[in-house]
Amino acid sequence: MPAMWPRFEAPSHGPTLSEPSAAPCRSAGGAVGSPRPGNSHPFAGLAIALASLVPWAAAACAEPTVAFVGGMVMPVTSPPIPAGTVVVAGGRIIAVGPAATTAVPEGAERIDVTGKVLIPGLVDTHSHIGGGSGGDSSGPVQPDVRILDSINPRDAGFRKARAGGLTTLNIMPGSGLLVSGQTVYVKLRRADTMEGLLQRDAAGNALVGLKMANGTNSQRDPPFPGTRGKSAAIVRQKFTAAREYQRKLADADVTKRPARDLELESLVECLEGRRIVHHHTHRADDILTVLRLREEFGFRVVLHHVSEAWKVPGDLARAGVPCSVIVIDSPGGKIEAMDMSLATGAVLEAAGVPCAFHTDDPVTDSRLFLRSAALAVRAGMSREKALEALTIAGARMLDLDARVGSLEPGKDADLVILSGDPFSVRTKVLQTWVEGRKVFDRDDPEDRLFAVGGYGAGRDQEAEMCCAGPTK
Amino acid sequence: MLRGADQMSDRPLFTIRPVAAALAVALVALAAGPATAAGETLAIRGRIIHTMAGDPIPDGVVVVTDGRIVAVGPAATVAVPADARVLEAAVVTPGLIDAHCVVGLSGYLNQDEDQDQLDASEPVQPELRALDAYNSRERLVEWVRGFGVTTLHTGHAPGTLVSGQTMVVKTAATAGVLKPTAMVAVTLGDAGRAQGEKKAPGTRAKSVAMLRTELAKGVEYRRKQADPDPEKRPAPDLRLEALARIVAGEWPLLVTADRATDIEAALRVAEEFGIRIVLDSAAESHLLVDRIRAAGVPVILHPTMKRAGSGETENASFETAATLRKAGIPVALQSGYESYVPKTRVVLFEAGVASANGLTIPEALATITIDAARILGVADRIGSLEPGKDADLALFDGDPFEYTTHCTGVVIDGAVVANEPR
Repeated sequence: MPAMWPRFEAPSHGPTLSEPSAAPCRSAGGAVGSPRPGNSHPFAGLAIALASLVPWAAAACAEPTVAFVGGMVMPVTSPPIPAGTVVVAGGRIIAVGPAATTAVPEGAERIDVTGKVLIPGLVDTHSHIGGGSGGDSSGPVQPDVRILDSINPRDAGFRKARAGGLTTLNIMPGSGLLVSGQTVYVKLRRADTMEGLLQRDAAGNALVGLKMANGTNSQRDPPFPGTRGKSAAIVRQKFTAAREYQRKLADADVTKRPARDLELESLVECLEGRRIVHHHTHRADDILTVLRLREEFGFRVVLHHVSEAWKVPGDLARAGVPCSVIVIDSPGGKIEAMDMSLATGAVLEAAGVPCAFHTDDPVTDSRLFLRSAALAVRAGMSREKALEALTIAGARMLDLDARVGSLEPGKDADLVILSGDPFSVRTKVLQTWVEGRKVFDRDDPEDRLFAVGGYGAGRDQEAEMCCAGPTK
Repeated sequence: MLRGADQMSDRPLFTIRPVAAALAVALVALAAGPATAAGETLAIRGRIIHTMAGDPIPDGVVVVTDGRIVAVGPAATVAVPADARVLEAAVVTPGLIDAHCVVGLSGYLNQDEDQDQLDASEPVQPELRALDAYNSRERLVEWVRGFGVTTLHTGHAPGTLVSGQTMVVKTAATAGVLKPTAMVAVTLGDAGRAQGEKKAPGTRAKSVAMLRTELAKGVEYRRKQADPDPEKRPAPDLRLEALARIVAGEWPLLVTADRATDIEAALRVAEEFGIRIVLDSAAESHLLVDRIRAAGVPVILHPTMKRAGSGETENASFETAATLRKAGIPVALQSGYESYVPKTRVVLFEAGVASANGLTIPEALATITIDAARILGVADRIGSLEPGKDADLALFDGDPFEYTTHCTGVVIDGAVVANEPR
């Protein structure tokens, strides 16, 4: 939807935001607000004891009803509202509209965001935070390996990502293998277990993708491929095997079905469109190779990095394949990235190719994710599309657009309070909220350390004192 | 004769030409013609001119003749010669100075054949000259120039105890070298350790011991060189010659030290030998403000957006430039050394983020103009817009530090070397 980009005043350095009274609960476990059986948190017992003694402790751990009133609301999927209100309850958005006509429910915590800007929580389609690792060097194709089994939720990177306004992430294994493993979609709740971070479907299953790569990163000595042709052949061979496995699984005679194969099972999910392939690729010909494989096997794919996408926008548009773009301060660093252009976002926009940005953290810093889109604006992309590329476009690439990526009633209450224009260097992320809970507050000295840096900002976090009372 | 025209590549690779029409901010005057001929008079008008020598001038003009600035002031009072070619911009600044990088030694492809910033065969090689490795036509030079950078302090990289010399050079191949040897690069801490088992230095303390040993050799060489009897003077030795210049205070050491431990060690060695040093990167300098100020040592700070990660820079802060400046410590910003992507950072962007984290716009500009020039010892030539100085300027269509502003023109020695909005 075309939305007029609003005019922003000079950067706001106004009064700080008021503190909602529900702030004491700083945790968010797996299923937010529900008991967390099996929690091995050392303070879990203490938390339960406290909850029974201190009335606010238990109450504070339910998602409060909060109304953000008076700010510039940028819902992304509808035009900006200069003085708007967003109401959240039960972890969801329940109302978005002009402040004058949007009722604030009785008992709701009211947060005055006058002069501030509200945008949806940012969606990073490609991150490596959490210290995880995927497939090893034993072979080029490892679709059974799950990155979620290796992530440290206490990694300082999570704190920094919240400070950057990120709320939804696709955490990926690396690009050193043709298939380096299963990615994982997470929400940046204040969680101290991986289970607490997972983005799940209605049945409770963790939502994941599959990381693939081509080009030079995955070329090595055997059993790895030595050429691009060999790379594609190995992938084709494996997907062909997956097709056969899929066919046999459908055998009416249960006894004839094959034994469970975790590698092929993962690929079958891709063949059936239930799992999205996230494909690292740089050079134009490598991009076209992915399109060719997609044509052959019919998997759903998001192209990542795409340094040379600007050379083949027509092919991308015809294929209707979305691109997740990395924005880097200079070209080069490796031969495949020699023709990288800041104008990729603009070129894809002009061609009608869906475009998101990603951090590839640590390649770029999650705290500066807004900057990636701003540099694309500098090089000609529209502000509207650039903001989409940080939010709803990425959500679509993760199949999560029904839940995140815009400010709409019914969606998860993931939002960011900015001090001003999303694309100004001087704008600060003031607060980040996930599912109706504040997960970052620049006014909190501990949070500020991770936002700005300083002694201790690189340390992985201490246990998050879940529900044990105020940590101020 | 056109100056700088050879650098004005028409390769589409790094440009934003695909959407140049959408930008539509190219200056008509700039777009109309090629680089300025030597001897031509140029007048650069700006709605704001940051001279870095006094307050910004609203609606100002800089007049340039023969590559030098001849007048700076309000447009209402400065006479512009009738034949002057006029350039216009929203904001005009001195040409930007990248106070430390490896651009030109470390090429953008990042392949062995274009990586000349570090020879790790020996831990101490102060005799290696940057001049002998610098490629003025490297694409990264062109890249940073497009964002207003007119001068580089570049050279041998952090990574061995004493990796070699640095130089100060302009980003136009024809403009020449300001300082063939500016400093000698030293790395303390993890980054300065030798790779491989049983190789020295393998620890922090060993690094410092080896550095002190080398400096002591320099003192001894210098003493013997001063012998009145030429027969008794030692045979010329390039390495000892370099060390002698260091202990004589002729060449400062550029000491890359991120941990507070290493910063303290650097200051300790400097005091012991009475040598000049400049702290480089200095991620934890914010912990030692009083100590650094007392030592009177300037800091060429890591890029503001330096990856903090979990290594020696894990305690880096976006606010360190502001912290140091407020304490009265001379501070400049650098693009640094990058081993992967981005192959170089752009110091304009790094100062921009510093300007959003405690520095005012003029203060942030100082870290990449006049204060950088002073630390590098070239403030007599560059770093501010004053009569008599080199005509190095950067033109912008708005606040230079805003993400969405463009650098619309770059002038080096009075020649327009870039005019495509970046």
